[in-house]
Amino acid sequence: MIIATFAFYLFAVVAVISGLLVITAKNPVHSVLWLILAFFNAAGLFVLLGAEFLAMLLVVVYVGAVAVLFLFVVMMLDLNTLNFREGYQQYMPLGLAIGLVLLVELATVGAGWALLPEVEGQLAAPIAAAEAAGLSNTEALGHILYTDYVYFFQAAGIILLVAMVGAIMLTHRSREGVRKQKIGRQLARDPAASVEVKKVETGRGI
Amino acid sequence: MTELWEGYIWPGAIIIAQILAIVLPILVAVAYLTYAERKVIGAMQLRRGPNVVGPFGLLQPLADGAKLFLKETVIPTGASRAVFVLAPMLTFILALIGWAVIPFNEGWVLADINVGVLYLFAVSSLGVYGIIMAGWGSNSKYAFLGGMRSSAQMVSYEVSIGLIIISVLLTAGTLNLSAIVEAQREGLWYFIPHFPMFILFFISALAETNRHPFDLPEAEAELVSGYNVEYSSMTFALFFLGEYANMILMSGMVTILFLGGWLAPFEVAPFTWVPGVVWFALKVALCLFVFIWARAAFPRYRYDQLMRLGWKVFLPFSGIWVVLTAGFLLFTDQLPK
Repeated sequence: MIIATFAFYLFAVVAVISGLLVITAKNPVHSVLWLILAFFNAAGLFVLLGAEFLAMLLVVVYVGAVAVLFLFVVMMLDLNTLNFREGYQQYMPLGLAIGLVLLVELATVGAGWALLPEVEGQLAAPIAAAEAAGLSNTEALGHILYTDYVYFFQAAGIILLVAMVGAIMLTHRSREGVRKQKIGRQLARDPAASVEVKKVETGRGI
Repeated sequence: MTELWEGYIWPGAIIIAQILAIVLPILVAVAYLTYAERKVIGAMQLRRGPNVVGPFGLLQPLADGAKLFLKETVIPTGASRAVFVLAPMLTFILALIGWAVIPFNEGWVLADINVGVLYLFAVSSLGVYGIIMAGWGSNSKYAFLGGMRSSAQMVSYEVSIGLIIISVLLTAGTLNLSAIVEAQREGLWYFIPHFPMFILFFISALAETNRHPFDLPEAEAELVSGYNVEYSSMTFALFFLGEYANMILMSGMVTILFLGGWLAPFEVAPFTWVPGVVWFALKVALCLFVFIWARAAFPRYRYDQLMRLGWKVFLPFSGIWVVLTAGFLLFTDQLPK
């Protein structure tokens, strides 16, 4: 189908270009916006693969929540874009090394994809058992995630919970002399003593 | 040539015609929702509402539209031009693309995808970008504060919306919107078994669309008008249209998830004569009326109260409800297979 091919190249090209713009944009807020565009195109690629559940999760979790927080933080920071080039030489070797490692890993995956014999079967039918049973990919993922990997799944959830509690503990500070709203005390007030109910004739007002 | 015609041009033309058949009624609905809002609030406050342009003021939305269309677009100096111009477009587009998966009647849906609920959830969670980009791109402190508040608010209430949707999904056993409506045909409409979630979802929808009493992003008294203070003419109109289209979309979501979509309230003769799309429209109109009613009835929430309500009340409650629903379905062996 020509349209699918066309859509693939559109998503792929836009994703790569916006990825480049993430690291070259001068303004950090623009960088985050390009990052969002890259996420979006990755979601489009997932849809083309037939993994619509993952595509939607990518949009909901990364674009809808994570990137909003990114944007939130970047916008709040008082960044001086002129100083960004400072220490460029110092960090260059480290950055190059990390980039090289990632490149090698990607190349390994790509080569394995092209060369290994068992990949072909997987490419033809990624979720063969599920497809035979007529399951959508949401159900297929659920069948794997909540049976074979249920403990890992729960462990991941607990780690996230601990991280959340930790972050709140680290940033929480109790100050002296803050006058807080005490909801319980407000609700415990006697309505008869504090509110006067007037009977208003319909259509007349007070 | 015939392959090109039958393979691409003809299906393309059909899809465009379908899109127009959905978008045009929605735009008309948006225009008359603004009219309805002014009339209903007018009636609640013992005023007349718009009554000058046309009979009963019925042409008022068109007059407003023409006025906004003819004004000059002002882009403030120091604004980030691209972001500033993109923000209203994004808001408007996102308010419209959600309708692609909404089933208006049995089989009346543009894209009957498997993950319809997630798609709607994703689209509604993207709405925050229009506002946050407008707030930042305007280079104005009021707009910026409005954008900040709104992003925090929408992210907070999305969490509870997600959990509420999970309760409904557990009961229906599918992510497809048409199938969710069909699942309500046999049993009760979900607002009865999930009554607390129905209320919570509606309140979260108010917060998610930045409507009263949660319209903090544009709290006129403190922020002038919030994120859209620097916008004029069509750029402002797009925000306005987007907000109202989002209200209708959220009402559609409430209708599908809790009020049985296009189903008639009773499966007996006089009710089943009315076509499903009319039932759908009536239910959406009912939700919209409550949206407007809430605006007339309640004072605005304070920001810390809003956050407390979202995180300390709605989130635990909807989480517990998910557990209860799952436990009940499992215990009574009603879990959809």
